[in-house]
Amino acid sequence: MAASQLICRECGADYPLEARYVCNRCFGPLEVKYTNGHLKADLPELRRRIQSGPQNIWRYADFLPVDAPPGPSTRATSRAGLPAGCTPLVKADRLAERLGLREVWVKNDAANPTHSFKDRVVAVALACASTGNLANAVAAAAALGADSYVFIPADPEEQKILATGVYGTNLVKVKGNYDDVNRLCTELSGEHESWAFVNVNLRPYYAEGSKTLAYEIAEQLGWRTPDRVVAPIASGSLYTKVAKGFEEWSELGLITGDQPAFNGAQAVGCSPVAQAYAAGHDVCRPVKPDTIAKSLAIGNPADGPYAIELAKRSGGSIDAVTDDEIVEGIRLLAETTGIFTETAGGTTTATLAKLAARGDIGADERVVLLITGEGLKTLDAVRGTFESYEIEPSYAAFESAVGVTA
Amino acid sequence: MATVKLPTQLRDAAGGSSAVEAGGATVGEVLEALYDQHGELRDRLSDGDGGLRRFVNVYVGGEDIRFGDGLDTPVSDGDEVQILPAVAGG
Repeated sequence: MAASQLICRECGADYPLEARYVCNRCFGPLEVKYTNGHLKADLPELRRRIQSGPQNIWRYADFLPVDAPPGPSTRATSRAGLPAGCTPLVKADRLAERLGLREVWVKNDAANPTHSFKDRVVAVALACASTGNLANAVAAAAALGADSYVFIPADPEEQKILATGVYGTNLVKVKGNYDDVNRLCTELSGEHESWAFVNVNLRPYYAEGSKTLAYEIAEQLGWRTPDRVVAPIASGSLYTKVAKGFEEWSELGLITGDQPAFNGAQAVGCSPVAQAYAAGHDVCRPVKPDTIAKSLAIGNPADGPYAIELAKRSGGSIDAVTDDEIVEGIRLLAETTGIFTETAGGTTTATLAKLAARGDIGADERVVLLITGEGLKTLDAVRGTFESYEIEPSYAAFESAVGVTA
Repeated sequence: MATVKLPTQLRDAAGGSSAVEAGGATVGEVLEALYDQHGELRDRLSDGDGGLRRFVNVYVGGEDIRFGDGLDTPVSDGDEVQILPAVAGG
């Protein structure tokens, strides 16, 4: 670990590495700064060290802000606890063919311990505001002896509530939407300064976990960047941090290739970032979410301005897809890759399909689709999307209903 | 008078207070009254161009003022105006 300080992204003020997330001077978000220049001296050795590290995110410890905190997915417990990361990067040829693209890879982050990318970001677990996936990941900390408090909005998917409470956490349902929960947690984190809210006062550290998606993709592609990344946007944190991951490694000379184009995916029913992008604004106007993609339903996205900036700078875009398209996206990914994703992944897949149909993706591009969560957590979304046969248990009934001829 | 609730990050600029009474018919007027009492808060919150800095959220009765009329959102006697940093969540 070579994290040196926290820097304000707005005004550049610096602070020591402590549980602080906002600049006192201008309210800008703080980001972890590293001094990793010395690693340039021996890149082959650095690659060897990464490759011989544990099969989880702690193989990238040089690029993460904490070394050995308590928690379920940390370095210290990484072999005995709930190791996050090193999820499969699957070459999705049938998906590529359906969309008329040359090369598509699916980074399947549903393969994490609590079935979403959130395991990567939970380094120290005590409390969080969550639409469900983060709740699962934080609550799992309780299984390893940490006290945790999880604040969720009134209407997450039942599967996400069940998959949180089972770990024995203090589950607090707040009568309101995610933005209400977030406002409450921001206030609580101010009044309970000793509490570690993973996505409030620990947010600068938490957010860094998403960089490991970029590190893994680059390593899995043979120390290379892909040409394009399609990722979901809720707060914009994952979207922008994945880009930071590629940039850090390129700057160091650890990987080759240009910086990828970044395409962001939102649901029409909660698309403050896509709307601001389309209108040419650099700040997002908050919205009241109304979409089946509940894990993306942040109406007041903290990193919205930085997400817009990244889309422009990288030659990408930010698109929104309808709830029907999201369901079609879930089906498309499942039918062509065998990966069953939640509504957020349906949003991302539908956005890839939209980009392909619009001709935004070059014939020679290598595209990576980020699938951040598991379909079993949002089962309602696919209810009624297919039909089944119901028959008497006899050969004749089967032949007559299904009509397969030998 | 409205009660302006200040987040921990701003309290040093308001003599340590967590809440300040300030009068005004709109959010903008209430904030001006707040700045009159604690001058340093102006620079912390205002973008210097009549607006708020982009990572400042203001709520009246729990509702983000951007769902209302922004700084022109009306404030009634006894309302709670809450200021919070915008960078949480995700």
